[in-house]
Amino acid sequence: MEQQMNSGNPRVDIKYRKRKNAEEMRYQVISFALMIFLTVIAFVAVGYDGFSSWFVVPFILLLAVIQVIFQLYYFMHMSHKGHELIAVFMFSGVVVAFVTVLAFLTIIWW
Amino acid sequence: MHAEEKFTPQTWPESPEKATLEGKNKFLGFWLFLGGETALFASLFATYLALKNKVPATGDHALSTEIFSIPLAFVATMLLLTSSLTSVYAMYHMKNYSFQKMQAWLLVTVLLGLAFLILEIYEFYHYVHEFGHTFTSSAFGSAFYTLVGTHGAHVAFGLCWITALMIRNAKRGLNLYNAPKFYVASLYWHFIDVVWVFIFTVVYLMGMVG
Amino acid sequence: MSTYAKKKGFGATIWDYLTTVDHKKIAILYLIAGGLFFILGGIEAMLIRIQLMEPNSDFLSAGLYNEILTMHGTTMIFLAAMPLLFAFMNAVVPLQIGARDVAFPFVNALGFWMFFFGGVFLNLSWFLGGAPDAGWTSYASLSLASPTHGIDFYTLGLQISGFGTLMGGINFLVTIINMRAPGMTFMRMPLFTWTTFVASTLILFAFPPLTVGIFFLMFDRLFGANFFDVTMGGNTIIWEHLFWIFGHPEVYILVLPAFGIFSEIFAVFSRKRLFGYSSMVFATVLIGFLGFMVWAHHMFTTGMGPVANAIFAVATMAIAVPTGIKIFNWLFTMWGGSIKVTTPMLWAIAFIPSFVMGGVTGVMQAAAPLDYQLHDSYFIVAHFHYVIVGGVVFALFAGAHYYWPKMFGTMLNETLGKITFVLFFIGFHLTFFIQHFLGLLGMPRRVFTYLPNQGWDTQNFISSIGAFLMAAGVIILLINVIITSVKNEKVGNDPWGDGRTLEWSIPSPPPFYNFKQTPLVRGLDPYWIEKMEGKKEMTPAEPLGDIHMPNPSILPFIISMGLFIAAFGAMYNPLNQIGDAKPWAVPVLIIGLAITFGAMLVRSLKDDHGFHIHKEDLIDDENKGVKA
Repeated sequence: MEQQMNSGNPRVDIKYRKRKNAEEMRYQVISFALMIFLTVIAFVAVGYDGFSSWFVVPFILLLAVIQVIFQLYYFMHMSHKGHELIAVFMFSGVVVAFVTVLAFLTIIWW
Repeated sequence: MHAEEKFTPQTWPESPEKATLEGKNKFLGFWLFLGGETALFASLFATYLALKNKVPATGDHALSTEIFSIPLAFVATMLLLTSSLTSVYAMYHMKNYSFQKMQAWLLVTVLLGLAFLILEIYEFYHYVHEFGHTFTSSAFGSAFYTLVGTHGAHVAFGLCWITALMIRNAKRGLNLYNAPKFYVASLYWHFIDVVWVFIFTVVYLMGMVG
Repeated sequence: MSTYAKKKGFGATIWDYLTTVDHKKIAILYLIAGGLFFILGGIEAMLIRIQLMEPNSDFLSAGLYNEILTMHGTTMIFLAAMPLLFAFMNAVVPLQIGARDVAFPFVNALGFWMFFFGGVFLNLSWFLGGAPDAGWTSYASLSLASPTHGIDFYTLGLQISGFGTLMGGINFLVTIINMRAPGMTFMRMPLFTWTTFVASTLILFAFPPLTVGIFFLMFDRLFGANFFDVTMGGNTIIWEHLFWIFGHPEVYILVLPAFGIFSEIFAVFSRKRLFGYSSMVFATVLIGFLGFMVWAHHMFTTGMGPVANAIFAVATMAIAVPTGIKIFNWLFTMWGGSIKVTTPMLWAIAFIPSFVMGGVTGVMQAAAPLDYQLHDSYFIVAHFHYVIVGGVVFALFAGAHYYWPKMFGTMLNETLGKITFVLFFIGFHLTFFIQHFLGLLGMPRRVFTYLPNQGWDTQNFISSIGAFLMAAGVIILLINVIITSVKNEKVGNDPWGDGRTLEWSIPSPPPFYNFKQTPLVRGLDPYWIEKMEGKKEMTPAEPLGDIHMPNPSILPFIISMGLFIAAFGAMYNPLNQIGDAKPWAVPVLIIGLAITFGAMLVRSLKDDHGFHIHKEDLIDDENKGVKA
């Protein structure tokens, strides 16, 4: 008698699961391509002498943040069910991180 | 569900890493640890930003605009980013209960990570010998090597971890006891890439902009 | 396996405790170690007060005084208060949520041994050249210049202990999130569990900055780095920021579990449920969040400027609001209740005015202009002792009495407990109330003596008398513990009679697997609900079945010992700035790290599935059991 080890639904067969996993894998590869693209843009923005640093620095930071969001939500599955509390904790960690970095950029040398 | 049970691709759970209580605990515990690591790296980044280019008034001290180079940072980034993708492939095969394919992709991940590490060691050697930019030469040096070095140490630890898992489980195959171990190691590996995204942006790219 | 321990030999008991992963035994380990360090910190306090009893005293030299005051603060916060709170969190939280152990029993043991070895390493400084002498805050310019290895004992010892604390924090978070009994939603958790949860979150985010800061100090002193060296481009204020980004949440890590203990005690000894449960939870979370936004109020006088000072001043004052909500909720819990003045309740009632006094002086100091006058004076010392002693230490005494039966199966003597209370309470106020005035009169802190005839002499004398009274109270408590242990009169599952939460529904002490059957939780104060329906026990949520328990292991002890050994190697390495490099240092460092990582590898290579207690054994115990 086949035990119900997975979602509990005996109609979820192996072919469906394999297709779902493959589809998810496609999203991952698309994410990867986007991440490469964002990285290349960032390097080009710095390499090209024409841009002012007042533009380049916030720009590449924004690109980094976007890329990290892709990593977290796709590669690390933070978009999936069961990650809600984890998202709360990671967000809290990001808030602490942000406040720390902000403080060091301001009230240390001024 | 007993951790030592034998499975087939049909009976293997959809989320094997969370199919046992121990797996659920490891999964959550590790994400929380990553939250703590976020605060840790934030402190290192904050200090680096505060001490960037802060060197003694006398003597010859290379600044960020002089020492960092685009090709090196780009290659390192590509190596690590690709290794993050290959670890996703490994997890994909784990979900499909294809043990040997998972091991193969983990091996590729380790090799890419090793290449990154070797490149970084060469990079540090280059800075020390070309520019005299060392851990003890200035506050900038201390902050740089601590931030990038801590990240590198995390990479090295991750390589040892994944390798140990591959060797340890080579004969055991996949089961519900070691599935969470592989998953957690791959989460760690992704996180290291997340930190690197900020390192290449804040240290190398911003360093070259000046 | 029987629930009744076979008569064990001494050696077997020692091995049992060295290898245990049982949260209840680990709690006892934390209690003993924390208690011993509390005595040590108390002796250091006595020495401080003896030195300050008279002007121009030469009881202690200036240098020794600095070492003692540094160790007093460091020991009390890191090695006494935190471990004692961990003792209660370990003993009680899994029981309160209906779990059989914490999420990671092995890591729980590892956390304890890390704390232990870190604390031992720090205190070895007394015998190896001198203790740290730059205050528990160890500000970078002073600590970099300290001529002995004392500060290195501080950095290395606290680093090791800190790893242990972080592990404990993550462990409690996962336990509380994942292992609650069926029916126990987040909003049905007891307040002590909630405060443990928020405090553990604070640990998770506050300890990493401390880790980084300590690494910087260690690297500067032992490996030639330049984080804080101004001549090399460094900045000493970085240490202060990192330290206080940790340090301020740290005081909330201390006080929130204390609040949790009091919430339990007020409800039980007023025979009335806690007033305003939801607002208590909300206030706890808000205090935790705001705690991360105020750290620079310790740095008002460092020259950050009026804008920064104003922001941190306002944020600091804001924390008084949720704290005030909690105070009022405790008062409303008592109002209209049937009050039973037991020893825990005495401590709880005394906590309200004492902590509030400390809180209001905190709001005073939050006003940056006033802080310019008060900073580094005895007013600050008075403030933080009022909140830490009046808040945390009172809670530890209360918790010791309240949870003693659950941990040991015996009850501490009530008369002796009340005598301890009276002595300590009077002594505490005598010592610290006066210090407010000493501060306002300008007496600086952390200075080993003072000149006569400035109007400080009598007040210092009285302050020191208070210290002797506190010591007497603690001695009576120790006598109480010894007498209780010798008499060994066992009590039942609910010795206080009015237990409301799950821990009181099982035997005192519980069998090693806690719950024979996981209980079904039907609301807030689940045991009280069953009691009100005339039941003696909880309704089970599952049929009787095999119970899965974790295996003991000596590896946590070995992993921690490896770091302890490595610390010596790091301290005397060739690059250390004191200049006393030893030839064995680098090999010792490598060997220590090899032991640690080797033991970690051994742990990873084995499969450890724990063991099972079979259903049949559980039924047998039922027949031999003692009715509560």
